[in-house]
Amino acid sequence: MMKRRASRASRDLARQRFRGLLQHIILVFFSLIALFPILLILMNSFKLKKYIFAAPFALPNAKTFSLIGYDTVLQRSNLIVNFGNSIIVTVASLFLILLFGSMAAFALSGYKFRGNAFLGFYLSIGIMIPIRLGTVSLLKLMASLELVNTLTGLILIYIAQGLPLTIFILTSFMSQIPDELKDAGRIDGASEYRIYALVLPLVRPALGAIGIFTMIPIWNDLWFPLIVAPSAKTATITLGVQQFLGQYVSDWNAVLSALVLAMVPVLLLYLIFSRQMIRSVTAGAIKA
Amino acid sequence: MLDIRGSRKFPFFLIVFLGPAAICYTLFMIYPLAESLILSFFSVQPDNSYVFSGFANFVKLFTDSDTAPRFWGALKNNVLFFIIHMLVQNPIGLLLASLLVTKGKARGFYRTVLFMPTVLSVVIIGFIWQLILNPLWGVAESMMRAVGLGKLFQPWLGLPQYALPAVALISVWQFIGIPMILFYTALIGIPDELIEAAVVDGCTEMQAFWQIKFPLILPTIGIVSILTFVGNFNAFDLIYTMKGAFAGPAYSTDIMGTLFYRTFFGQQLQLGNPTMGATVATMMFLIILTGVLIYMFLFQRRVKTYQL
Repeated sequence: MMKRRASRASRDLARQRFRGLLQHIILVFFSLIALFPILLILMNSFKLKKYIFAAPFALPNAKTFSLIGYDTVLQRSNLIVNFGNSIIVTVASLFLILLFGSMAAFALSGYKFRGNAFLGFYLSIGIMIPIRLGTVSLLKLMASLELVNTLTGLILIYIAQGLPLTIFILTSFMSQIPDELKDAGRIDGASEYRIYALVLPLVRPALGAIGIFTMIPIWNDLWFPLIVAPSAKTATITLGVQQFLGQYVSDWNAVLSALVLAMVPVLLLYLIFSRQMIRSVTAGAIKA
Repeated sequence: MLDIRGSRKFPFFLIVFLGPAAICYTLFMIYPLAESLILSFFSVQPDNSYVFSGFANFVKLFTDSDTAPRFWGALKNNVLFFIIHMLVQNPIGLLLASLLVTKGKARGFYRTVLFMPTVLSVVIIGFIWQLILNPLWGVAESMMRAVGLGKLFQPWLGLPQYALPAVALISVWQFIGIPMILFYTALIGIPDELIEAAVVDGCTEMQAFWQIKFPLILPTIGIVSILTFVGNFNAFDLIYTMKGAFAGPAYSTDIMGTLFYRTFFGQQLQLGNPTMGATVATMMFLIILTGVLIYMFLFQRRVKTYQL
């Protein structure tokens, strides 16, 4: 009797261990698929061309090491200018999306006024309908405002693109803030602007999550830089890399190095913030 | 909520709060979208003026011997592109999410790694895979040979019958992190007690997943599906990067996004045409709108969101 119970317990334990192992194997397998292409490019970007082909899976060593690709990229490409453009466009758009979005969400969640529900609906149309579909007249509009080949033009488009989801999420967060808090401020004689400034820090986690999720598509966008701001002076990093790769397609060292240079800043940022990012997304989604 | 419906005039501070967002959004999103829809009913004259032409652009798009095969081809490819995402990306995303919620070491590490490709630009991803699948470099071929599948290797991206599935799978590889993280979020929202109670009652873990967790995450499945749908029918970057505006070989990877770009800007001998471009955009709009409406009325209404 005892023996049988013990053997059942050990069988359960074995089954549990086996299941745990199987889960790890599946996760390791998919992690390898996710990582391998990135590591392969990174590794080979530091090798002489001969060894890129002769031994693609080997780590670079003293004999095969070379920085010739990085040399070519830094001398022949515009990537530093492109990088600066991307930073300007992304930071400016992000700041204005969060500012305008939080102001609108504050008004929609804090006051009952005529047209509130309609305005909320109107501002949320853009969540599902991609702004790209308006490209034909957007380009016409940009031309008439003389904003073609300017970073301002790109920033305005990205603000319009980012606002709907930002307003939608922030409205739901801000409506959870107790009215008593705002009323207390009003009794103390605070203006409505002051109350906005009071509420804003309370939704900081949501601002963080929205920030990250609006930033990535703006940084990575190819469509609008290609159509609205393709000049050498205004090209963003994504467009710059795309053009450089097209031009140097047969120079394997240069191609691999350009890919690494384009990947590294995003990956570093991601590795630093990934914990907060995923945590804020999960927290945000549960609340919303 | 402060009720200010009674006040005689619209308060100034509300205009300050709502103005910037409403103006920016209306001017650079709603107005261009609306004008694009209207432009699809006009045609460009040789002197660059626009003349109302009714449904002529649509008739041309659907029936003209030059444009019709391109439109129907792109639509068919786009549907296939979407089906591949639904059959591969979302089930694997769910599998990974359900493995990530089990308690254990290194889950945070796996989550970070699996989401990594999603943050990279499509341009980078497209080039990386182009290099890997390039027979000249031979990386894919030698890896397949290592597991005894060397004979199966083909230059997939160059073959009309394989190019589209290959590009779709590369897109799946990149974006798998999104359904994964959304499913993960939904799954960790389910209280442990619910599952524990079921297990105490003699439910196996498999049963607990399919009979308790799965119905609870149905709303998320709906959201993931509609996000995939909108994303796929709006896709452009990956195909443009890997196969250019002509979406070769022989238009086999042509989808609505690349057709839109080519029609609007023109390529080589083909002249760009803004009103035909707007017509393609209107079709994309109608397709996406249909998807969104189906989601809203069939899915969101029927599927109950359980309050836990």
